[in-house]
Amino acid sequence: MFEIVAKESLAPVLTKFVIRSPFIARKRKAGHFVILRVDDHGERIPLTIVDSDAESGTITLIVQTIGKTTKLLSLKEKGDTLLDVAGPLGNPTPIENLGTVVCIGGGVGTAEIFPIVKALKEAGNRVVTIIGARNKDLVILEREISEVSDTLIIATEDGSRGLKGLVTDALSDYIQSNGHIGAVYAVGPIPMMRAVSNFTKPFDLKTFVSLNPLMMDGTGMCGACRVTVGGETKFACVDGPEFEGHMVDFDELIARNRAYADLEKQSLERFERELAEGGLIHG
Amino acid sequence: MVNPLKPSERMRIPRQAPIEQPPAIRNHNFEEVSLGFNEDLVTQEALRCLDCKNPVCIDGCPVSIDIPAFVRLVVEKKYLEAAKKIKEQCYIPAITGRVCPQERQCECECLLGKKHKPLSIGKLERFVSDYERLYGDNTPPEIHARREEKIAIVGTGPAGLTCAAELAQRGYRVTMFEALHAAGGVLRYGIPEFRLPKAILDVEIENVKKLGVEIVTNFIIGRTATVDELLDDFGFHAIFLATGAGSPNFQGIPGENLPGVYSASEFLTRVNFMRGYLFPEYDTPVKIGKRVAVVGGGNTAMDAVRTALRLGPEKAYLIYRRTKREMPARAEEVDHALEEGVELHELTAPIRVISNDGRWVSKIECVKMQLGEPGSDGRRKPVEIPNSNYILEVDTVIIAIGQNPNPIIQATTPNLASTKKGTVVVDENGQTSREGVFAGGDLSRGGATVILAMRDGKLAATSIHQYLEKKAVEHHLAKTAVS
Ligand SMILES: Cc1cc2nc3c(=O)[nH]c(=O)nc-3n(C[C@H](O)[C@H](O)[C@H](O)COP(=O)(O)OP(=O)(O)OC[C@H]3O[C@@H](n4cnc5c(N)ncnc54)[C@H](O)[C@@H]3O)c2cc1C
Ligand SMILES: Cc1cc2nc3c(=O)[nH]c(=O)nc-3n(C[C@H](O)[C@H](O)[C@H](O)COP(=O)(O)OP(=O)(O)OC[C@H]3O[C@@H](n4cnc5c(N)ncnc54)[C@H](O)[C@@H]3O)c2cc1C
Ligand code: FES
Repeated sequence: MFEIVAKESLAPVLTKFVIRSPFIARKRKAGHFVILRVDDHGERIPLTIVDSDAESGTITLIVQTIGKTTKLLSLKEKGDTLLDVAGPLGNPTPIENLGTVVCIGGGVGTAEIFPIVKALKEAGNRVVTIIGARNKDLVILEREISEVSDTLIIATEDGSRGLKGLVTDALSDYIQSNGHIGAVYAVGPIPMMRAVSNFTKPFDLKTFVSLNPLMMDGTGMCGACRVTVGGETKFACVDGPEFEGHMVDFDELIARNRAYADLEKQSLERFERELAEGGLIHG
Repeated sequence: MVNPLKPSERMRIPRQAPIEQPPAIRNHNFEEVSLGFNEDLVTQEALRCLDCKNPVCIDGCPVSIDIPAFVRLVVEKKYLEAAKKIKEQCYIPAITGRVCPQERQCECECLLGKKHKPLSIGKLERFVSDYERLYGDNTPPEIHARREEKIAIVGTGPAGLTCAAELAQRGYRVTMFEALHAAGGVLRYGIPEFRLPKAILDVEIENVKKLGVEIVTNFIIGRTATVDELLDDFGFHAIFLATGAGSPNFQGIPGENLPGVYSASEFLTRVNFMRGYLFPEYDTPVKIGKRVAVVGGGNTAMDAVRTALRLGPEKAYLIYRRTKREMPARAEEVDHALEEGVELHELTAPIRVISNDGRWVSKIECVKMQLGEPGSDGRRKPVEIPNSNYILEVDTVIIAIGQNPNPIIQATTPNLASTKKGTVVVDENGQTSREGVFAGGDLSRGGATVILAMRDGKLAATSIHQYLEKKAVEHHLAKTAVS
């Protein structure tokens, strides 16, 4: 059992959890994720480790409420426990000093890019971070990220904060008015990661994206997480989750992630009905 | 009472058929298909044993169970003693009685089989071990000598469980690490309930725990802690790696990554381990549609196709490139699958998976095969028949063409020798290229069997014991040399 030691609502549908998990805290690096199961009837879902504290033995997760499992998780409070948390999974982000790097986080991807920003900064890079969100209420981790970035650019779709536009607009502006960039790291919704990859390709600018396929075990045992990269099938949980964006078959990933959309919707609606009726929530 | 019958009379008794759920009923439920023998059947069957002077059946058993001895005890209705006899060699008979490919092991050697049908050894084994579970004394054996050394066992499948039990009985402090949220390995997440009820596995795992073994789940060696950290930081004196061969192979044909194409591991894990068949009561979804095609001919393929059948499709096809005779699956499972209504497409290989809308599978294109010259494994190689392509309309495709070890431990343990396929190299004692690190089961063999995994676990326990004894002596000598 893994105890929730702190919980904080960061934005509508975005919740931060600090969870006691000393072994994972001790080992985790930027780019790692966990797979967790809330209760005995639950699915196993992957979530990036946003931060950790080896001393207090805790890890930080930031979760977007999107379906049944993340909804159930969002209802858990400080002091509650999660049944299973396994990790740290995946390969850590390769961190090198490349001079200037650009990190891009979109939506909940902002949380996922944060540890990468931090690690790149610690490795001596000049880090430019671009946060993208639909509106100002959805901009998260601004203070934390600005503390470890040399430049922070915020872009909102409705212009309620920072630049009005998409992260690719911000990236375009930056590239046009500045010099050499060593690499781009992008984490966020698949359309965003694809747009960034398409944008950087003509510049031959190395671009890393963190893929978020459906997963189950996270140890290479099921192949649910398979993605096509450079024409080859890879298991994102053991070969990734980061890959070179120019090589990724994003259409396939989108199709695969939609595989259960109908059943997931049904599951969420059923759960919301149960909640509304104040009925039984298993767990 | 010894067997009162003359050999000629014994031979006249027909091989007793086990009690089974009727096919048309069982293909709609997940309850156990074979119910084995009752006491009448078990007596009749045991009486058939010729009690040969030179019992070749023992040679057929990978762990050399004294088969005639336990069958004699069955004839005498001393079932608990019979179970004890088996347990001298096999730690988990209720499981091996159910899943061993007996027709290729003990029963294949049985002399009765030359003229008649072989003795139903697996079903006898199953009966006595079930009897023991229900009526036997389940108190764990007393452990006499306590040892200080700590041993880590990685993976909780049959290899790991057996090794843990053996070492705990020798007094060692044993901790098992399991990546998933529950112990049991393939016995838990792969082999379905209708073939191996989880309650039986639970008892075996409880028995191991009763010996003082600690099982830590959600702990991935190579990630949560590495092999070197187990040795250097966690203070383990020896390690047994038994992480199996869980990583599924794909064929590499076009369309294989379309939604609606599963590996058998994913499909079985969704259904058995995550209880997808109870969705939305349980949260993990699984989709099967009206027509499902399973590709392969091993136990995994049989389990996948029969599990799929139980989710209620109209058609379940089994596509295999050789013929039924060459299938590596247990014969009983192949027969059961066909009885349950699986449609076999033998001498057939898929070459392409097709989707009409790019969102979900709609067809699979196959080509007919014929058997050609024998290959390096002695089996005749299937060769494509030109222009024999045909299309099957399907809603789901499940690929069950074999598994290899997952790469996590090999990639995170320096100087651990492994093969191209990812299997860890061991010597005849189960020792790897790293001192104090042993391996066995599917991790060193590639996909093999439960009984061989169990044998490897036993062997590793002996080797680890010898290794630690030697270390203790060396340590003692070093100490006396200093003083
Ligand atoms: C390596 C990795 C790291 C991740 N890190 C985070 C994180 O830090 N924070 C976070 O909030 N989420 C993260 N995710 C995504 C998260 O795992 C999913 O949102 C979660 O599994 C959804 O579960 P659910 O039951 O709530 O929703 P579901 O009911 O499973 O899904 C609801 C809807 O979301 C879609 N969906 C489901 N899973 C995914 C996915 N993996 N990618 C895109 N769409 C999906 C479904 O198609 C469906 O339409 C990560 C995913 C991966 C693979
Ligand atoms: C569907 C199916 C049906 C089968 N049917 C039969 C049958 O009828 N008869 C038969 O004899 N054999 C059968 N087999 C084969 C048999 O199950 C295997 O040979 C046997 O289970 C191997 O045992 P093992 O202990 O080596 O590994 P496994 O049973 O594979 O167990 C390995 C365990 O290690 C865990 N693990 C993996 N990596 C790590 C890590 N890094 N850290 C910690 N834990 C880890 C895994 O999660 C797993 O629990 C079948 C196999 C399958 C897949
Ligand atoms: S999640 Fe199962 S193989 Fe990656």
